[in-house]
Amino acid sequence: MSETASRYRDPAGETAFWRVILTLIAVAFLGIVVVLPLVTVFYEAFRKGSDAFFEAFQEPDAIAAIRLTLTVAAIAVPLNLVFGVAAAWAVAKFEFRGKTFLVTLIDLPFSISPVISGLVYVLLFGAQSYLGPILKSQGIQIIFALPGMVLATIFVTFPFIARELIPLMEEQGTGDEEAALSLGASGWQTFWYVTLPNVKWGLLYGVLLCNARAMGEFGAVSVVSGHVRGLTETMPLHIEILYNEYNFAAAFAVATLLALLALVTLALKTILELRYGDEIAAGRKH
Amino acid sequence: MDVKIKNIRKEFARFPALHDLSLDIASGELIALLGPSGSGKTTLLRLIAGLEQPTEGKIFFGDQDASLKSVQERNIGFVFQHYALFRHMTVAENIAFGLKVRPSATRPPKAEIRRRVSELLDMVQLSGLEKRYPTQLSGGQRQRVALARAMAIEPSVLLLDEPFGALDAKVRKELRRWLREFHDRTGHTTVFVTHDQEEALELADRVVVMSQGRIEQVGSADDVYDRPGSPFVFSFIGESAELPVTLSSGQIIFQGHPIGAAEPGEGEGKLFFRPQDVVLTDEQDALFGKVTACRRLAGTRIAEIDIANHGHAYHVEIEVPLDAPVTLGAELRFRPTRWKVFLATQ
Repeated sequence: MSETASRYRDPAGETAFWRVILTLIAVAFLGIVVVLPLVTVFYEAFRKGSDAFFEAFQEPDAIAAIRLTLTVAAIAVPLNLVFGVAAAWAVAKFEFRGKTFLVTLIDLPFSISPVISGLVYVLLFGAQSYLGPILKSQGIQIIFALPGMVLATIFVTFPFIARELIPLMEEQGTGDEEAALSLGASGWQTFWYVTLPNVKWGLLYGVLLCNARAMGEFGAVSVVSGHVRGLTETMPLHIEILYNEYNFAAAFAVATLLALLALVTLALKTILELRYGDEIAAGRKH
Repeated sequence: MDVKIKNIRKEFARFPALHDLSLDIASGELIALLGPSGSGKTTLLRLIAGLEQPTEGKIFFGDQDASLKSVQERNIGFVFQHYALFRHMTVAENIAFGLKVRPSATRPPKAEIRRRVSELLDMVQLSGLEKRYPTQLSGGQRQRVALARAMAIEPSVLLLDEPFGALDAKVRKELRRWLREFHDRTGHTTVFVTHDQEEALELADRVVVMSQGRIEQVGSADDVYDRPGSPFVFSFIGESAELPVTLSSGQIIFQGHPIGAAEPGEGEGKLFFRPQDVVLTDEQDALFGKVTACRRLAGTRIAEIDIANHGHAYHVEIEVPLDAPVTLGAELRFRPTRWKVFLATQ
């Protein structure tokens, strides 16, 4: 009896030996690829002591970079919030021609290299383009200035919120909205009192991801920024310059800020997933 | 308020859902739209509500042309199949919603809204649950919250889409009776959609039987059951047997053999009769076939009979007396006592 019991094995499981080996491989991989670099960032930042660490943030260029990063994110994220909600609302609640095309278009930034997205704006608004000189004559500069960096950031991050909301709204259907309308609510009241509360956690989740990406974006922003120190450098660009100047302590110090942002995002994301997992799960397909 | 539906046609992406359909609903009436899925009954309900726009035709609420009005302006109470309660609002907030979203000129003061909510909760027998969320309620309770929410705006017409569809059998029966009482008490013109004929026949003043986007028959429970107007209604409502027959010299002929039932007219047609409307007989002119199965059903016995003739077997079920000598494989002769023949040309 005991012999037959011991011979039984979970058909979908592995033996203890393989379980340990596979787990070790996974942990080792994670350690080398994720944990080690993260620890290194903090280690390098504090290697020359906490004075050097805090000094890095006294520098005007660093302060300007942090301020610019926050500015870009503060413009790009709300715009993408509005765009994402509008796009998801249109795709999920209405039937129209070219819907599949619109969804594909929303996914485009995921499949295009960020450098290309930056380059597109340079070609569109740069000095050699048709639009550039016209805008310049009006005193508007887009490339190598804040507007260009915001545009590039919006482009790169616009799928995050829309992609999070579309499956969620599609799953919820239009029943609640119809109920609200039948009770006499206007379109705006329906959106505000019914649609938005139904997706609020998914929306917050999308905003978090969008924000993390907006602050960390390098490629697209790098192309359109022109690297004017203290003027058009965001944190990722500032880190690169410091690093290229062999100013490791300062480079890693600023990098810890970005890393911290990533950790905070991760923590918030985990909390959201734990508490409102069902609602978010619908959107976790990308 | 009375509702008149005039020559309504509805197409979805060129696919016809309703064909030129008209219906008059009297004020205070309780009407059931009954039909199999795809018959267009829900589409008709949504058209009355204004949740869909008709391709052609008009809908009148009283003397007013409601087809020109939006869903908000029609002032209807709609109870959705899955209730569509707002999950982030409490029961009380759900019920108050229709009042809260009114423009400030017509919105009752807060205290008045509170009073109305507790009155409605009382009416649907859910007092004490106002602080609960929809997920904390049973199916039957959610159903009644949805009803209270729809009633809060004092609708001119109450529309219910499969109101008992998502409930288990026992709750369904209770709520059915409760809804009838509720209707008698409040007197609202009420239209509900169902695919359950028992529900429709028991509950409604008049039943609208629909099939493939058309109204087959409108009538009381007795009308549609005892005097079905079309082959579809006969086979859809209640149990029935269906046989292809010929009418000739005042007799019903089934496969060249008179069945001993007189019917005027000439030509090919379909004979319908109910299992209980037959009598066993020894006469030569009758329907006959082999008993293939026999089962006891409460106070009666049902015999399944294969009428095999000229190679084609027709399967019918008839009720036989409990003391009748019915054995498996034996031949049984019977005649319908009440029947209806629909001629092919009709």
